[in-house]
Order: sequence, then structure tokens, then C-alpha cells
Amino acid sequence: MSEQNNATIVSEPLKAETRKFNFYYGDNHALKNVDLPVAERMVTALIGPSGCGKSTLLRSFNRMHDLYPGNRYEGEIRLYPDDVNLVSPAVDPIEIRMRISMVFQKPNPFPKTIFENVAYGLMVRGEKRRSVLEEKVEEALRGAALWEEVKDRLDDLAFNLSGGQQQRLCIARALAADPEIILFDEPTSALDPIATASIEELIAEIKEKVTILIVTHNMQQAARISDYTAFMYLGELVEFGRTDELFVRPRKKQTEDYITGRFG
Amino acid sequence: MSDAMTATETGGSPSSLYLDRIRTMRHVRNGKERVIEAILFVAAFCAVAVTVAIVAILLYEASTFFAHVSLVEFLTGTEWTPLFERASYGMLPLLVGTVVTSFIAFVVAGPLGFLIAMYLSEFAPPKLAEVLKPFLELLAGVPTIVYGYFALLFVTPLLQKIIPGLPGFNMLSAGLVMGLMIVPYVASVAEDAMRAVPMALREGSYAMGATRFQTAMWVVLPASFSGVMAAFVLGISRAVGETMIVAIAAGQQPNFTFDPREPAATITAYIVQVAMGDLPHGSIGYQSIFAVGLVLVVITLVFNLIGQMLRRRIREVY
Repeated sequence: MSEQNNATIVSEPLKAETRKFNFYYGDNHALKNVDLPVAERMVTALIGPSGCGKSTLLRSFNRMHDLYPGNRYEGEIRLYPDDVNLVSPAVDPIEIRMRISMVFQKPNPFPKTIFENVAYGLMVRGEKRRSVLEEKVEEALRGAALWEEVKDRLDDLAFNLSGGQQQRLCIARALAADPEIILFDEPTSALDPIATASIEELIAEIKEKVTILIVTHNMQQAARISDYTAFMYLGELVEFGRTDELFVRPRKKQTEDYITGRFG
Repeated sequence: MSDAMTATETGGSPSSLYLDRIRTMRHVRNGKERVIEAILFVAAFCAVAVTVAIVAILLYEASTFFAHVSLVEFLTGTEWTPLFERASYGMLPLLVGTVVTSFIAFVVAGPLGFLIAMYLSEFAPPKLAEVLKPFLELLAGVPTIVYGYFALLFVTPLLQKIIPGLPGFNMLSAGLVMGLMIVPYVASVAEDAMRAVPMALREGSYAMGATRFQTAMWVVLPASFSGVMAAFVLGISRAVGETMIVAIAAGQQPNFTFDPREPAATITAYIVQVAMGDLPHGSIGYQSIFAVGLVLVVITLVFNLIGQMLRRRIREVY
């Protein structure tokens, strides 16, 4: 392992950072001593072959692993500026999930109307004022470049949207909660190339306001949209760097083999 | 030369041997497939044939009844006295008895079954659910005659302490116990529907900071709504057709009343009574059981169809 501290590679202020982070699915040691800095209002991509732990790491950031028994975190994920360890049992996972939103691999709109889907995060918080909800829903849908397409049918069921629209709806749903970080778990793997392009464009816009952490199995995508890239393999963070450097001059042999397509 | 031939001639690879054999076996293979398909078809056909035969016999036997009693009198009359000198064949008392007992059963089984389903599917730790479910299935396996005497000898005396003057036979006790009987059906169909909701939807909700309860009510319930409705409808359908409990605990006296404290006969209880030999074979009174039986089949058939339709809708969404 390199002795270089990954955090020093980042020139922007940090939004979050994992320190000696380990994760266990029961006896399975899935993440090993991961040190990952997450730059504020930048896109950080996690790449690596299937089973390398990139999704596991992503899902640690909003404590999704708490939903299933037998999972254990060890080490720290610090969230700045308040400097809390968000995997500490003392920290309420619900509060974390309200601050850190997530967009999933397959679009998963709820069996509700378009409006209710976007307003979900606010309704969960107990917001009932129609005017507040309406304002937020419009803002979020505009932010997700979906407003023009759905403004006349906000009361339609979300299932009636196309796959790409559903995924943008899920992004709007995440945005409406005013998150500090949005986690994207291979958000375009179920979409066609045109819908994929629109999601990538959207990510580039969103990062003006929100820090983004994205898992992708598509290296071209990571190269296109991310500012920083972390290459993971067998539960370890092998190499972290600026995307423009990591893809051109990887420091590690494993990274080079993976990005040149020799394995994975 | 055909393509198949060329395939054999592409060298002496061992696979060419198998290809020869596969080709010569083709007729035998097809013959076997056809025999198996025929056996399976007959098995499936039996179920359909029995259903059709039952309806046909009911229709045939009921037709002799309707030759003597007008359909209007049968469906709108409020006196059901086939044993009297001047017999009267208005089936409303029986229908009302069935409706009242089934309604009480649903009031018990609907909410209870729903809550059990929601608990097992969304809240119970997997280990606990594994322990609880066999008990529920046990409840479904208790013979209905046991429920009947449970209602008559345990629930009714208990109710008599709360409601003074409650007769020994009453619809309330029978309905309540019938409700307990159908709880497992309602719970298991509703739970299946909730479990069919993809985990991805729940995760989406949790990821927004929702609690377990919010996720269950706002995401899982609407996603499984038609399945839960199907569970209710199938439960009611069972209650309508239930015989032993009402025959034992509700009394067998046709009684045109909506008061659950009163004794009353249901359609099924009446059929049992007649079938046990109170009326001579071939008499109009005897034929009447086929007429009310037909009504019963139509009611349960309609409920089952609605239930199945709702059930199918779950699968269409995902």
C-alpha cells in the first residue's frame, strides 16, 4: 500500500472521509481499512470489478446496512463540517439518511403519484403544508430536468413514466430533501444510452450544489463525470486520485490492468 | 445436401455419434412428450370437469324446485318455512343469516389478518416469524367442528356474561369464531402480497429517512394494496361457505333479523339440516337445498373471481 495519505490529494475542502473503515457481513470482511476522502461539491467515483466492495462502501454512507442483521461497521466515516462519525451507533441512522440521499441502480419510484414521490422526503419529516410541498416539488423537478415533462400530470402514477424519467424522478426525490451528499449506486446501468447521457448531464449540474459519490461499473462514465476516482479491489481501496491523473497515469499495476481492460 | 447432414460429416468428433442417436430417437421422444402432455391435461381437466358437473347438477336439481316456486318469491320472500304445512320459500332469512355471520367474521379477520400480515412481513425479526407462522398454519388446520363447539361451549357462555339474556344459539358467537378461523387465510394471502413488494422499494423509502412504520404504510401497503384486498375477499368467501361453525353455534332456525344476538340459520346450516334427513327425498322442500346451494355457489364464485382478479393485479405492477 502506498504511504501517501489520500486526503492530501484533494485540493478542495472535504465533505466526508472514511478512516480505517472496515465492514463485515457477518464473518465476511467486506471492506478493509478504507481511507477515502470525499471532496465537497465534487463527483467522486468508485470503480472496480464486481464484488470489490464499492457498493458496500457507498451503502455505508447512509447506513443502509443497518437494515439487515449481522452487519458491522468498524472505524470511522466522518461527515464535515460538524465532524461526526456517521457510522457510530450513537448517531441516528434516520438523521443520516435525511442528510445523505441515495439514488439506486434500478429506478424505484414508489407506488404513488409523481408529486407524492418527490414530496416523500418532506412528508417523512412531517411537512404537511401544501404550499411548501408544491414549491419544493417544483424546485426539485426542475433540478432533475423533469419539470417540463411532468408538470401537467403531477397526479399521475409514477409507474407510467419511462425508465429514464423514473430515474430522474428518483433524483428529484433525492434533491427535494436538500441533501448534503447524494449517493448514486450505478444509476444508469438499467438505462439506454440516451437516458444515460441525460443522467450524466444532470449529475454535472447537481454537483454545483451537492457533493456526489457514485458507484459505476462503467469506466468511461467515471472518466466523463467524476473529479476524483477510487479504484477498489477485493475490499481494499487500491488507488485514489484525480480522475484525469488516475486514468492517464495510474500509479498501481492493478489499477492499470483494470482500466486497460486486462481484467474485471 | 441438408445442413443437418453436413453437421455429421464435420469430422469424427464424438458428438456426431450422439447426433445420430438423437435423430433416430426423435419419434420415440415426441411420442413420450405427447403421452405426458395428455396425462397432465387429463389431470387439469378433472378439476374443471368437477366444477362444471357440480354447477350442472345444482342447476338441474334447482330447476325442479323452480318449477314449483317462483324465482321472485324465492329471492324476495322473508319467510323460509319448508317444514310447515303451508310451506313458504323466501330465502332472505337464510341469506341475511349468512351475511350477518360473514360480516362479523370479516370484522374480526380483516383487521387482525392485516395486522398479522404486516407484522410478519415488515416488523417481525426473521427468526420470530419462522416460529409464529407454523402456529398460524396450525390454526388453519383445526377442523371446523372443533371451532363450532368452541363457539357453542366456550365463546357463547363468555358472551352471556357480557350480554345478559343472550340466547345459547346466536350469530355473534358463530361469527366471531368463524372470524378466528379465517384469520390465517387472510394473513397468509396478505403477507404473500406484502412480501412480493420488491426490497428495492423499501430501501428507497428507508434511504429517504423513513421509519419502518412509514415505509410499511406509505410504500409497502399501496404497493400490495390489491393483494391485501384479495386476501379480504377470499376470506369473506370462506366465511360465506363455512358450514359447521354456524350450524352448531348459530342455531338452525331461519330467522329474518340483522340482530347478531339472535339465533338464525345460514344457507349452509339449512343445507346440513335438510341433508341430515328432516325432509323426504324428492319433495320440494328437499329440492330447495339445491336452489339455495346454487345461490351459495354463485356468491362464493363471484367473491373468488374478484379475489383472483385483484391478486393478479399485483403481478402486473412489478
